[in-house]
Amino acid sequence: MVEMSATDKVDVSIEHKQVTLDDGTVKKHPNTCPGCGSHYRDDELQASLRVCPQCEYHFPVRGLERIEQLADPGSFAEDESALRSGDPLEFFDLRPYTERLAEAEESTGLGDAMITGSALIEALPCRLAVMDFSFMGGSMGSVVGEKFARACDHAAADRLPLVSVSSSGGARMQEGILALMQLPKTICALEELHASGGVMISVLAHPTTGGLLASFASLGDVLVAEPGALMSFAGPRVVAQTTREKLPDDFGLAESNLRFGHIDRIVPRQELRPVLAQLIRLFRRTA
Amino acid sequence: MTSDAELGLRDRLARLSGVKLLRGTRLSAEFERLQRQLERLKDDTSDEEIWQRVELARHKDRPYTLDYVERILDDFFELHGDRGRMDDHAIVAGIGKLEGRTIALLGHQKGRDLKERTKRNFGMAYPEGYRKAVRVMELADRHGFPLVTLVDTPGAFPGVAAEQHGQGGAIARSQAMMMRLGVPTVSVVIGEGGSGGAIAIAVADRVLMQENAIYSVISPEGCAAILWRDASQAKKAASAFRLDAAHCLDLGVIEGIVPEPVGGAQTDVDAAALFLRESVVSHLHELDGTASDDLRRARRAKFRSMGVFA
Ligand SMILES: [Zn+2]
Repeated sequence: MVEMSATDKVDVSIEHKQVTLDDGTVKKHPNTCPGCGSHYRDDELQASLRVCPQCEYHFPVRGLERIEQLADPGSFAEDESALRSGDPLEFFDLRPYTERLAEAEESTGLGDAMITGSALIEALPCRLAVMDFSFMGGSMGSVVGEKFARACDHAAADRLPLVSVSSSGGARMQEGILALMQLPKTICALEELHASGGVMISVLAHPTTGGLLASFASLGDVLVAEPGALMSFAGPRVVAQTTREKLPDDFGLAESNLRFGHIDRIVPRQELRPVLAQLIRLFRRTA
Repeated sequence: MTSDAELGLRDRLARLSGVKLLRGTRLSAEFERLQRQLERLKDDTSDEEIWQRVELARHKDRPYTLDYVERILDDFFELHGDRGRMDDHAIVAGIGKLEGRTIALLGHQKGRDLKERTKRNFGMAYPEGYRKAVRVMELADRHGFPLVTLVDTPGAFPGVAAEQHGQGGAIARSQAMMMRLGVPTVSVVIGEGGSGGAIAIAVADRVLMQENAIYSVISPEGCAAILWRDASQAKKAASAFRLDAAHCLDLGVIEGIVPEPVGGAQTDVDAAALFLRESVVSHLHELDGTASDDLRRARRAKFRSMGVFA
């Protein structure tokens, strides 16, 4: 890597580098790069696809912004956006689940942690199923499961490739055993898509862990991951606590998964769109 | 009791009587006991009652897969290894005779004493265990053997090597394989149905739970640590999860409950094995003669419909 001087750092708003939360804890500002400490305005990050121009750290991307990055401008048509979660267990931990859902919807503007629809990528038609980690940690409950299943149905019916972008901490605990059932449910829908001759390309963004890695995200025809993405069934903290093993520095990261043969390629975000277009072309059935 | 609760109860009881729980009438006492248990759902089951089931499900003397195998199957031949890397002792598998015909059986196996617990890794499988399961599923499918799986795990093993060997993908592929099988499949949760490590081998035509088994998306302790930020709140988490058999039946996640001897399966392993055998045989009989395509279609439709949304 090229050595950086202090003046290379883009640092326009030092006063915003830290935010103080309600409970008094100080948190790094989301636009401050954890890799090199550079700080960016939001429009700068948006222009760089939320990749740090200095050190290539990949910042998290919200669902709709991801779709903007991947789809041809104006080509995305969202579907199934009216789906909302029920509260089958009337779950209440420190707060009711319904309250958490309402708050997540208000803060993200989304109905749940997955956005689905049709789009063009480099003029190639496809279906998208994109997760948004900011909605309750991207957790998979009934709505995420149903949306993914319907995305498979649409892809099969329209004979279009399905591209999924996962970013999730796993199953949504507040839906209990029904959240666990979203694993076989999404796998089942994907099986039907595959049986119809359809293809699913799975993009694993940071983080893809737990129930997501143990279901559809692992079963794409091709798996590509973003650099540095954590993709592990059990999280590093759980593994460290359970086994008291010293974890390797690259534990569960995309780079380690590539080395052990679990993914096909690590794709930097700037290359994701052309790589997806290439794959869609390769899988296209010639008439 | 509100009329809503009454309606809910009637609906649940109707559903239970619609479930062909057991053949014959000699088990009607158990049936009545289960009805009473379901009735109690109308009042909030207490945290304490649900926690008792958690403790029974984890009881150190609770029968494990091989305890049932020796009581239920004749002529059992154990199959070892994933044909790739190793033999994971946390999952046992084999073929044997049930009522005169060959079936394939696989299940988690916990250990009884410290030495065996270490060997069995407390019933927590590595990816190799799930690959062994998949290989035995393929064998069953190839030869038309019905598949029975017994689920009893705190979860898939969370370790560095397990991750390096592809734990998530192995669990996903095992579920996908179960979706493809053209033979009848019955899964019974016989102890702890812990998360992904459990569902990996529980995507069956009929999923049953023993009366004192539990089935959950994360352990009560794990949930308490995350949501309550206090692992000692596990009792609260367990009851919030409704991880007991009656609630899982109510939620439509399982098709039936297998009775246990009073006080739990560990009090009379032979009786527990008899109940288990009766339930499995009765469900296999119902599935007998169904064409492979129809089995697959119904199985997929069942799992496809799970979830609550508006
Ligand atoms: Zn940086």
